[in-house]
Amino acid sequence: MRLHEYQSKQIFAQNGIPIPRGRVASTAATAKEIAMELGGRVVIKAQVLVGGRGKAGGIRLARTPAEAEELATQILGMQIKGLPVRRVLVDEAAAIRSEIYLAVTNERNARRPVMVASAEGGVEIEQVAHDTPDKIVRLLVDPLLGLREYQAREIASRIELPRDHWKTFVQIARGLYQAYAACDATLAEINPLVITEDQRLIALDGKMVLDDNALSRHQDLAELRDIDEEAPVEVEARKYGLSYVAMDGDIGCMVNGAGLAMATMDIIKFNGGKPANFLDIGGGAGSDKVAAALRIILSDPGVHAILFNIFGGITRCDEVARGILAALESVETRVPMVVRLVGTNEAEGRRLLAGAKMETAATLSEAARKAVELAAQHAA
Amino acid sequence: MSILVNKNTNVVVQGITGHEGLFHTEQMLVYGTRIVAGVRPGKGGEWVVSGKVPIFDTVSSAVEATGADCSIIFVPARAAPDAILEAADAGIPLVVCITEGIPVQDMMRVRKYLDEKQVRLIGPNCPGLLTPGEAKVGIIPGHIGRPGNVGVVSRSGTLTYEVIHAITQRGMGQSTCVGIGGDPVHGLGFLETLELFEEDPHTDKIVLIGEIGGNDEERAAEFITDRLTKPVVAFIAGQTAPPGKRMGHAGAIVEGGTGTAAEKIKALEAAGARVARHPEEIADLLAGL
Repeated sequence: MRLHEYQSKQIFAQNGIPIPRGRVASTAATAKEIAMELGGRVVIKAQVLVGGRGKAGGIRLARTPAEAEELATQILGMQIKGLPVRRVLVDEAAAIRSEIYLAVTNERNARRPVMVASAEGGVEIEQVAHDTPDKIVRLLVDPLLGLREYQAREIASRIELPRDHWKTFVQIARGLYQAYAACDATLAEINPLVITEDQRLIALDGKMVLDDNALSRHQDLAELRDIDEEAPVEVEARKYGLSYVAMDGDIGCMVNGAGLAMATMDIIKFNGGKPANFLDIGGGAGSDKVAAALRIILSDPGVHAILFNIFGGITRCDEVARGILAALESVETRVPMVVRLVGTNEAEGRRLLAGAKMETAATLSEAARKAVELAAQHAA
Repeated sequence: MSILVNKNTNVVVQGITGHEGLFHTEQMLVYGTRIVAGVRPGKGGEWVVSGKVPIFDTVSSAVEATGADCSIIFVPARAAPDAILEAADAGIPLVVCITEGIPVQDMMRVRKYLDEKQVRLIGPNCPGLLTPGEAKVGIIPGHIGRPGNVGVVSRSGTLTYEVIHAITQRGMGQSTCVGIGGDPVHGLGFLETLELFEEDPHTDKIVLIGEIGGNDEERAAEFITDRLTKPVVAFIAGQTAPPGKRMGHAGAIVEGGTGTAAEKIKALEAAGARVARHPEEIADLLAGL
């Protein structure tokens, strides 16, 4: 789960990281008030959960409260990569001397957290990493000990940070690690961490991504989820514990298991078709979940055929069959369907579906071929 | 024959009284696995499965009383890290964790602790182990396997069943099937499993099933080049999958360009592995070796 910039920075502040003075606003009038309170120049920043806000014109400098109101009006009327801007962050503007990059994330090969830092922070950081990898400092952290002071100093030294700033930098780096650990984050990133003209270190921008598996023990963080930023169909899928990703093809897929779901998409492509989605109903899915999954697939008007591929283990084929039947009762559809059921209670599953109008297949290849043919016929 | 588990493996089930724990304990017993004990704090002294399996309060007391040398874990995600540590501290050399949904930071701490112990962890979020005809320690449907000379190692769950099923349908069989699990931080990996298959005199061919993400498959390819003499057939799921949601800049910087199906396939082919285009082709390629 991704947090907004303003949410991330509030968490940073709670962990001793200096952030600009500022507040979030959902109307231009509030943005103006905040600008008046702050006095002087402010930055108006669109709060949407996509990258590239600056390049899209979603981050602007205002010299007066009146200008802040005007820019907030513009930004609040924008869409960035398809997402309407519902809130802006109004921060006091900083006079920037230089920009640093600092983050902590999971390093899966080393199976440890890794701190990543560079003296050349800012929006071009990935270019820096690509062109001059020696300008990126990485330091693995022992997850049982956390980030120690000497390690944070080591990072400061390796990015050649002026010594005057080491003490504050150590506090910021350790605060960032602490935020990452306390929130069960998979990423905590400050970009840029700026050195101001008056020699202060401030986290100008912030990003946190939280581990969905850990949200059950962070009720306060789970409540920060902004469902306005998600496609309604994804919100619906999550409600039922389904993993759904929309794609641009015409064959809807319902599969148990992520690996098998991806392999099913691959074999559709191999047979000349295009998958409309990735959908994993998970292990042990009951008929409610299956019915919800079918409604979600059918909500995509581009779907011209549906392929069910269920390899029963924990998931029982008869339960899946009942779910399909239940969904078909509540959803009117003429989209053709192909079902392949193998494993636990497959005979019972097939018997239940015998009355429904659907094609059956014994193998995955056969199922894919049939789905591709049916989709072409239905689309014609 | 086999790697990791066989008919002499003595298994303790952690979380034996739960819905899944009990169901799969019965399934494993039916398969012929030696389930010698269960653990459920607060229910020590009771018996389950028609009086066949004694319950203990702690893993160490179960080990002391029964000599269990393998543990399988079905406890919920919030208690699973503890269950793994408890098994390791009780001196169990092989721990299979089926549980899915364990937070990554928990697993990083668990792995760090296990690195200093003599213990092999399989999983978490995995289907476990199946040595056809001898033992299953996990949830792979037993009837789809058949004794044979193909070693199977996979990051997936149900996709592994699909492949085992296809191998059996083609008249071949498996030495051992190892589901290493799909979580970013897990126990036994491709490398260690390939090494075990290389040393196993009864495994002649190896099937490796990977997925997009991470670079375990690329590292396996290096290992195949450097160390493996047995032929490998591979499949990578996710050739058509949409690119994963980006994890900020740090993800791109840390993982670089690795992780796509195309790159993994290229690395495996360069290492001499035959790469199947879809799961059913795995059995065809094996039959041709």
